[in-house]
Amino acid sequence: MSTGIQESETEADTEEQDTAAEESAAQRQRMETKRQRAAERDLQEKAEEELDDSENAVELKVFRYDPEVEGKEEPRFDTFHVPFFKGMTVLDALIYARDHFDSSLTFRHSCRQAICGSDALFINGRQRLGCKTQMVDLDWPVRIEPLPHQDVVKDLVVDMEHFYDQMESVEPYFDPEETPKKSDLEEQRQDRENREKIKMSTRCIWCGACMSSCNIAAGDNEYLGPAAINKAYRFAMDEREGENMKQHRLNIIEQEHGVWRCQTQFSCTEVCPKDIPLTEHIQELKREAVKNNLKFW
Amino acid sequence: MYEHDVLVIGGGGAGLRAAIAAHEEGADVAIVTKLHPVRSHTGAAEGGINAALRDGDSWEDHAYDTMKGSDFLGDAPAIETFAKTAPEEVINLEHWGMPFSREDDGRVSQRPFGGLSFPRTTYAGAETGHHMLHTMYEQVVKRGIEVYDEWYVSRLAVTDHDDPEDRVCHGCVAYDIKSGEIAGFKATGGVILATGGLGQAFDHTTNAVANTGDGPAMAYRAGVPVEDMEMIQFHPTTLPSTGVLISEGVRGEGGILYNDEGERLMFEYGYANNEGELASRDVVARAELTEVNEGRGIDDEYVHLDMRHLGEERILDRLENILHLAEDFEGVDGLEEPMPVKPGQHYAMGGLEVDENSETCINGLYAAGECACVSMHGANRLGGNALPELLVFGARAGYHAGGRDLGEAKIPTGPSAKSEDGHVDTPVSPGAVDAGDGDVAADGALVEPQEVIQHHVEAEERRVTELLEKDDGVNHAEVRADVQETMTDNVNVFRNEENLKEAVEDLRVARERYQDVYVRDPSRTYNTDLIHTIETRNIIDVAEAITLGALAREEFRGAHWREQHQERKDDEWIKHTMVSWNDGRPDLYYKPVVLEGEDKTYEPKERSY
Repeated sequence: MSTGIQESETEADTEEQDTAAEESAAQRQRMETKRQRAAERDLQEKAEEELDDSENAVELKVFRYDPEVEGKEEPRFDTFHVPFFKGMTVLDALIYARDHFDSSLTFRHSCRQAICGSDALFINGRQRLGCKTQMVDLDWPVRIEPLPHQDVVKDLVVDMEHFYDQMESVEPYFDPEETPKKSDLEEQRQDRENREKIKMSTRCIWCGACMSSCNIAAGDNEYLGPAAINKAYRFAMDEREGENMKQHRLNIIEQEHGVWRCQTQFSCTEVCPKDIPLTEHIQELKREAVKNNLKFW
Repeated sequence: MYEHDVLVIGGGGAGLRAAIAAHEEGADVAIVTKLHPVRSHTGAAEGGINAALRDGDSWEDHAYDTMKGSDFLGDAPAIETFAKTAPEEVINLEHWGMPFSREDDGRVSQRPFGGLSFPRTTYAGAETGHHMLHTMYEQVVKRGIEVYDEWYVSRLAVTDHDDPEDRVCHGCVAYDIKSGEIAGFKATGGVILATGGLGQAFDHTTNAVANTGDGPAMAYRAGVPVEDMEMIQFHPTTLPSTGVLISEGVRGEGGILYNDEGERLMFEYGYANNEGELASRDVVARAELTEVNEGRGIDDEYVHLDMRHLGEERILDRLENILHLAEDFEGVDGLEEPMPVKPGQHYAMGGLEVDENSETCINGLYAAGECACVSMHGANRLGGNALPELLVFGARAGYHAGGRDLGEAKIPTGPSAKSEDGHVDTPVSPGAVDAGDGDVAADGALVEPQEVIQHHVEAEERRVTELLEKDDGVNHAEVRADVQETMTDNVNVFRNEENLKEAVEDLRVARERYQDVYVRDPSRTYNTDLIHTIETRNIIDVAEAITLGALAREEFRGAHWREQHQERKDDEWIKHTMVSWNDGRPDLYYKPVVLEGEDKTYEPKERSY
């Protein structure tokens, strides 16, 4: 349907430093970026406040399509003018437009706090969560479209089935070789370092932003995609499962449409609303797979 | 028509746990849910899961803390079953791979939480619910359990016997959001409601937009009484602009509350001289609002929660998620400045009346999790007790529906459990505008499962067609906003008779306006206008039950405070407030609280922290 051309980093950033150090450095950097963003936002907000709020309306250009309603079978953009308030998110604006102007405006949303993963949208040409995107961070008018590379069901709602299929194809469930007897009320032990290692990967909220941003996934429908590979990473790196399972998991992600398809463009990492270092995880699995194969020689 | 042994309605924590349990019993189980399971609001739970796991702790202590927290409105058989089973449920989760936060020796970490006599809250960062939800969904995928996602269940298929205790639930009617198909679902073993919260009855809530009380409303109209609905928990630390939750974990780790004058309010004004910030949630919420009402609030609206002294390392290790929430939804950097917080609707302690086997009085109908009232939270839920509740009672619902013998329940349910008639003076009559509007035709003629389901499918088809075909009318969003506004203005933390009566009147007006709602979107494809319109009726029904309970209970207990009745009245009020729909003419009555446990009786004591 409607897609902008992805900005992408073409520089191939391959094998680098030790991953643990990398993780915490990456984390620090993320926090630093966040702080910078917050500072920028403060300035912007001050500027916004100087404008008269009552006169201040955001213009939204929203993608509309409904295959069974007359006048909407052909995709089009509708314009809404929504009164702006301090702290307004894209989701707030969409809700306002729906509840005050057109109750047929359709989009998924639920938690409003970036954890349910329902409202990944293509906002001003980039995959973002509507609830987590502040209006003041965007250029106005704001253009809101469904996620590219997925079939549109209606308006901003895309069909997520393919995404779910890919997620479920990597055997996304904990499957240890043995667990302590249930009756002993004994947990499996896990090092803090190991928990730390999988921590970022467990934060995925299945929003689909990464998959939608990925050029490879757009061209190869069978490619597992960043989210599913990250899910595989979450288990492959979990020491509680044991070595044999790890081998099995590496076999899954090494298939034809697995990790080797990734061309390290970093688009997934850039758009991930949970700051998961997806590309790094994919690269690390490639390294693990190579090491694993060497073992058999 | 779709057919399974067991149907679970709702794909959050309770629903997933129930489905896994029923599957363990060998049942063919399916989950029918309006959201894909990973979108459920269990995922937003932050703090943790209480369980007595370690030496020095015991299930008895956990049970006592829970009973005390409930302000002696919890039922002992539920609380004891809960406290005994919570440890094995936590271990279960760990065996399913849940990424718990860990100690140096690799064991699961536990931290202190409000109202607990031992640090027994297990957690996974400040995003425990997210990990729990995903871990259980993974196990559902592993077992190949069928999930009908984005199917909205709008009606239960229940027989029409006069006495709800004679009724049988044979399934439900659901609407496929994507295609518009309306279909009957038949369950031969049982239907388990796990629909979660009802926070959308209020306008400042930590709950998701999807938390519209669908389960309680549907089952209430089908004949299941609702219990202690007035007991609404207002969480003391939500962000003022959005209602986004800031976990109790912040106070558990040592976060401090300050008023406008920079005073540590919990101690300075004697709200909780021992426990301070870690007093029970109702105590802290009232303390904050008292500060605001007495002019010591910041911007006359909120107080400050400060965690800076914990240090960056500890915050990043255990509360990182809080930094992101405060930054993304309030523009505040929790490492550099205190976070603004105020009380917001968070949790319904009340809900559908069930026993400790999660069964309602209608045969074959179960409820578990927030939509149910078993009752273990009584007048106030302790932080960290909701997640283990949905594990324990979700599992019991699944086991029982799947055929396991859990022994006879000690908690009585249904109209036969009534001990006393109730009465409230209301300015207008509550209930259906045209009472007896056919949700349950009371003549005992409809009993054959196929016929029951078919009857309800046809009724639903008529209703949907009517809503879609109307060309003009009221937009449900206006009605919903009015309900939320009156509930937040009049049925909040501080309640009085006059305001509660005003809410009853406003809700009547909302009901009358709802008679004229229409759905502007004519489409059968992903029609959220239609779904939200149906939900709004559920919101009205639960809001009214909440208000009736609040008006009836003339005392101060737990989360429920009344201006003219500011003391706990044990002689009169150790009893559950029950409301039954009674085919559109709500009936208020009471049933006793069960304080007798297995080995001891819980004697009501003053609850101080």
